Amino acid sequence: MRTRGLGYYAGRVLFYVLVVFIVVYSVFPFYWAVISSFKTSDALFSSNPSFLPVPFTLTHYQNVFSGAEFGRNLLNSLIVAGGATLICLVLGVMAAYALGRLRFPPKNAVLYIVLAMTMFPQVSVLSGMFVLLRETGLFNTHAGLILSYMLFTLPFTVWVLTGYFRGLPRELEEAAYVDGATPMQTLIKVMLPLTGPGLVTTGLLAFIAAWNEYLFALTFTIGNNVRTVPVAIASFGGATPFEIPWGSIMAASVVVTVPLVILVLIFQQRIVAGLTAGAVKG
Amino acid sequence: MLTIRQTRLAWLLVLPTLLVVAFVAGYPLAQVFYYSFHRADISFVEPTEFVGLKNYIFLLQDPDFRGALWNTLRFTVVSVFLETVLGLAIALVIHSNFRGRGIVRAAILIPWAIPTVVSAKMWQWMLNDIYGVINVILVNTGLVANKIAFLANPNTVLWAMVAVDVWKTTPFMALLLLAGLQLIPSDIYEAADIDGASKWQQFWTLTLPLLTPALVVALIFRTLDALRVFDVIFVMVGVNTATRSLAIYNRQTLIDFQDLGYGSAISVAILVIIFIFVVLYMRVAGKGVRGED
Repeated sequence: MRTRGLGYYAGRVLFYVLVVFIVVYSVFPFYWAVISSFKTSDALFSSNPSFLPVPFTLTHYQNVFSGAEFGRNLLNSLIVAGGATLICLVLGVMAAYALGRLRFPPKNAVLYIVLAMTMFPQVSVLSGMFVLLRETGLFNTHAGLILSYMLFTLPFTVWVLTGYFRGLPRELEEAAYVDGATPMQTLIKVMLPLTGPGLVTTGLLAFIAAWNEYLFALTFTIGNNVRTVPVAIASFGGATPFEIPWGSIMAASVVVTVPLVILVLIFQQRIVAGLTAGAVKG
Repeated sequence: MLTIRQTRLAWLLVLPTLLVVAFVAGYPLAQVFYYSFHRADISFVEPTEFVGLKNYIFLLQDPDFRGALWNTLRFTVVSVFLETVLGLAIALVIHSNFRGRGIVRAAILIPWAIPTVVSAKMWQWMLNDIYGVINVILVNTGLVANKIAFLANPNTVLWAMVAVDVWKTTPFMALLLLAGLQLIPSDIYEAADIDGASKWQQFWTLTLPLLTPALVVALIFRTLDALRVFDVIFVMVGVNTATRSLAIYNRQTLIDFQDLGYGSAISVAILVIIFIFVVLYMRVAGKGVRGED
């Protein structure tokens, strides 16, 4: 083995300094939100705040859940994000199977429409969507929000799942046909089980996108019946405009973020693959 | 026989998606174009009236639109630039082999997983002019003498928005670039090592040119996203001339001013601006990666 010079070790040290910087930069804001949510109000507004949650309190979490509102917002978010995810997965699997595996002459035209839609700015249909929801009586309903979320969840789902279907081996399908299966049976009995991992990833990404959506939720809901969590957190107020309840805002933020962070960390390999498949295969 | 049946089934399977797309994208888009040529209020109290190009002529002379466009462009150029540099650095770090690599990759996924509204609130708290941890650190380390009101000062507020956006979206950039790096065969670096090229030379002559396709895709995605910025700015500082983006101005016109006609014209303008960026990138990409399928 060669002896390594001083330069090598200096380089390694610099490299690890960079690594530590990246980790602290990524994690610190979330860490600060978590410890802020557990601090007493006195500790929150101290001139020399502690970097640990002392003195420890659960008051802010009790405040967040003391009224009926926040629970309602969570339920709304679950209904809307869950509904949008289910519908776009069902529609997306059907379309992606046709686009990825079947003989379908206008295949490229459809794929281009789908790709164009993934790049589409939500705000540019804001007025048209508003009119549509008013006309159909879906304004300020869960169904209306779910419908409007198809604008960004469905194209993404179709695009990524088409990629998954294309990647499956041809032989399985042919074996099914030889055994006399119809294309529909082939989809349900042979292909669908194989795309399981793809469905989980795509569903998760669609769910996160819908769970986090703010512009439509803000514009197409009134009052608390349909209002989702992002809108609720953004409009959290205190008794007076001068008293912003930072402790409660951080507690609510932690409640909606921790499940996402856990899901993302569990599925991180697949999410990374799904995200890059959505972008790179273009 | 099988192919005809396949094609028929394919149509059946694609049809629901096409219908939904027509309903949630086609129809609203048609409405946007229609109303952009009309005078109309969003609650339809007054009758809708055809006014030709009047909304578009007004748009060209509207200082508020120009202000929003300027804010959006500054926000987009600076944040996408910083995200690219930082994202590339992070991607290169994760791509190299070292212990603790998994931890870094998991760590950078955290900002990505956090909802934009939550990240806006978290940073609003950290950037608070009196109690914010950033001011505390700056003052305690002696970097600044007095606390800075980042979000109240019109000279700093847009850059504070950029900082929050960079934190939230750099991970996405890093992951896309990492995928690009993993496509580069490692034996070309071995050849370069034998030829005596330094790591620095290898980066500029091998890594960067070979990464161009991934870089262009990542740039397109992030630029289009930044051009329609709404959440971060609206949640952190509301509607405010120093930070009002095109999307915020569009919603303000539509909902606060109830002006469906002019709001629709702004929507069309945003579409046109985004289309211009796509065409520009495609041109550049077409020159950079010719020969790919």
